[in-house]
Amino acid sequence: MGITVVEVTKKFGDFVALDDVSVAIPEGSLTALLGPSGSGKSTLLRVIAGLEEPDGGQVLLGDDDVTHQPARARGVGMVFQHYAAFKHMTVWENVAFGLKVRKRPKPEIANRVHELLELVQLEGLAKRYPAQLSGGQRQRMALARALAVDPEVLLLDEPFGALDARVRKELRAWLRRLHDEVHVTTIIVTHDQEEAMEVAGQIVVINQGRVEQVGTPRELYDSPANEFVMSFVGPVNKIGDTFVRPRDISLSLEPDGESTEAMVERVVHLGFEVRAELVRDDGQHLLAQLTQEEAQALELERGLIVYVKPSRQTVFTR
Amino acid sequence: MTAKHALRFGALGYLALLLLLPVGLVFYRTFEHGFHPAWAAVTNPQAQHALWLTLIIAAIAVPANTLFGVVLAIALVRHRFPGRGLVNAVVDLPLALSPVVVGLALYLLYGTGGWLGGLAGHGIKILFALPGMTLATIFVSLPFVVREVVPVLREIGTDQEQAAETLGAAPFTTFRRITLPAIRWAVGYGVVLTTARAIGEFGAVSIVSGRIEGKTETLPLYVQSQFEGFNTTGAFAACVVLALIALATVLAMRMFRPNDASLAMPFGGRGGSAGTAVLTRFGRRKGYGAESNVVKEEA
Repeated sequence: MGITVVEVTKKFGDFVALDDVSVAIPEGSLTALLGPSGSGKSTLLRVIAGLEEPDGGQVLLGDDDVTHQPARARGVGMVFQHYAAFKHMTVWENVAFGLKVRKRPKPEIANRVHELLELVQLEGLAKRYPAQLSGGQRQRMALARALAVDPEVLLLDEPFGALDARVRKELRAWLRRLHDEVHVTTIIVTHDQEEAMEVAGQIVVINQGRVEQVGTPRELYDSPANEFVMSFVGPVNKIGDTFVRPRDISLSLEPDGESTEAMVERVVHLGFEVRAELVRDDGQHLLAQLTQEEAQALELERGLIVYVKPSRQTVFTR
Repeated sequence: MTAKHALRFGALGYLALLLLLPVGLVFYRTFEHGFHPAWAAVTNPQAQHALWLTLIIAAIAVPANTLFGVVLAIALVRHRFPGRGLVNAVVDLPLALSPVVVGLALYLLYGTGGWLGGLAGHGIKILFALPGMTLATIFVSLPFVVREVVPVLREIGTDQEQAAETLGAAPFTTFRRITLPAIRWAVGYGVVLTTARAIGEFGAVSIVSGRIEGKTETLPLYVQSQFEGFNTTGAFAACVVLALIALATVLAMRMFRPNDASLAMPFGGRGGSAGTAVLTRFGRRKGYGAESNVVKEEA
């Protein structure tokens, strides 16, 4: 079911969390709400879930205006950053909760819970309590619990934020596969641009309660609408009014007409990728991104003088 | 002797001198002339009526304060309403006020010429009767459940309740299935403290009861009247009954304060539940699940 947010405004006291926000989330898509802390992305998710009531505007699920419906009537599945596991219930009871409050027959509940625990690979842990699970397992349990009631939409609020980097990466890939299987319209809130790009088909960039840009990961990276998006969706060099991605800085050992001289301050090896921190004569710092082969060909090391030239740059008119 | 031993013996000696010795003496004096006189002293009709009355008052006051305490704790933690700060402060009033003041206040309110003194003319007897004594007991034992439950409610936060809501649970279902299990230890502990206070209350009840022997005399009042009447065996024997009730209460309290072993298993450190408030009180805060330590980023 598609989600339409129309001119939603939400204030907390004097703080404007959402300022006239309109977004359309296509049915079956996996959309990321991306923005820095305090940008309003979580508030937008909570407005869609029905956990916050907007001060103005409308929320539609499919064609139904649900703006004033309580969360329990909306048929959304929600996953929270800190799992919100029911601590006094076993994994099995956690997943069964939504079905039990809907008073489904017992055999149906048993089947469904079994099916979901299999889906999230927790079959063997059904009798455990949340405290006996790892963070990643807890979050998979929370996901199974949200999916148990066959939600029309699945809302994930920084679901991997409390996990360590390796588990986070695994779960992202797993979520992506899960979405391909289940096809439920999904929104994931994140402040991590890499996570958004890796998981989502569509990204909504939010800043200071406003939507800055909506697009595919590629569109955001290649044609950012403004400075904010440009610098938020990836590393960037700001030289005066122009913006250059580190990847678009080419280095050579010989000067040509357009290049400028710079000294290598630091070289960081990240496996296949190499990052070079440079400083120009005029004190301008630059970050360049190279492949390992390129770095080897240049014999890049601290103190080396190189000639830099942006191969591609962006200027935003204000 | 190491400093650790000195500390230990010091603490034990202090407790022995101030608590165990006097209470022990009460036991000793009670059974000084054998078991029979003591038994006779607590089984006479006046003593039995006092015990009965004490239990009836506790049986009304404790459930009333438990219900009220849980509702008020939820209102204070989960809702914003005008006067919330005032209510929060007023809840502690019974702890700060001398019980004599409570008794006198009720006396002024319901006594002849008091605002509600006219009730007596309509056959509703408050003062010098069970209702007044119960009101006084409710008043002095009011804060315990609230004060136990509030920190636990804060600790568990709203995530679980909101998750239940998105899963389709109505507010009362969420309370019954999610909130109540999470605060049950705190409620239990509060009930134990409330019971102890309700059974032992002397000052406030003394004033509103009028101390009519065999009619409005609770067990603590009975002790006083026997003592004043030079029936020391009767007074001490009743003291022993009170002390035994207190002992049972302390044991119940131990049950509601999970030990370290139980922290490790199912309900364990699991924040919120169990002894969060209790452990904090005893400075032994430990054993939380990792998630409770994480600071929330966005509201």
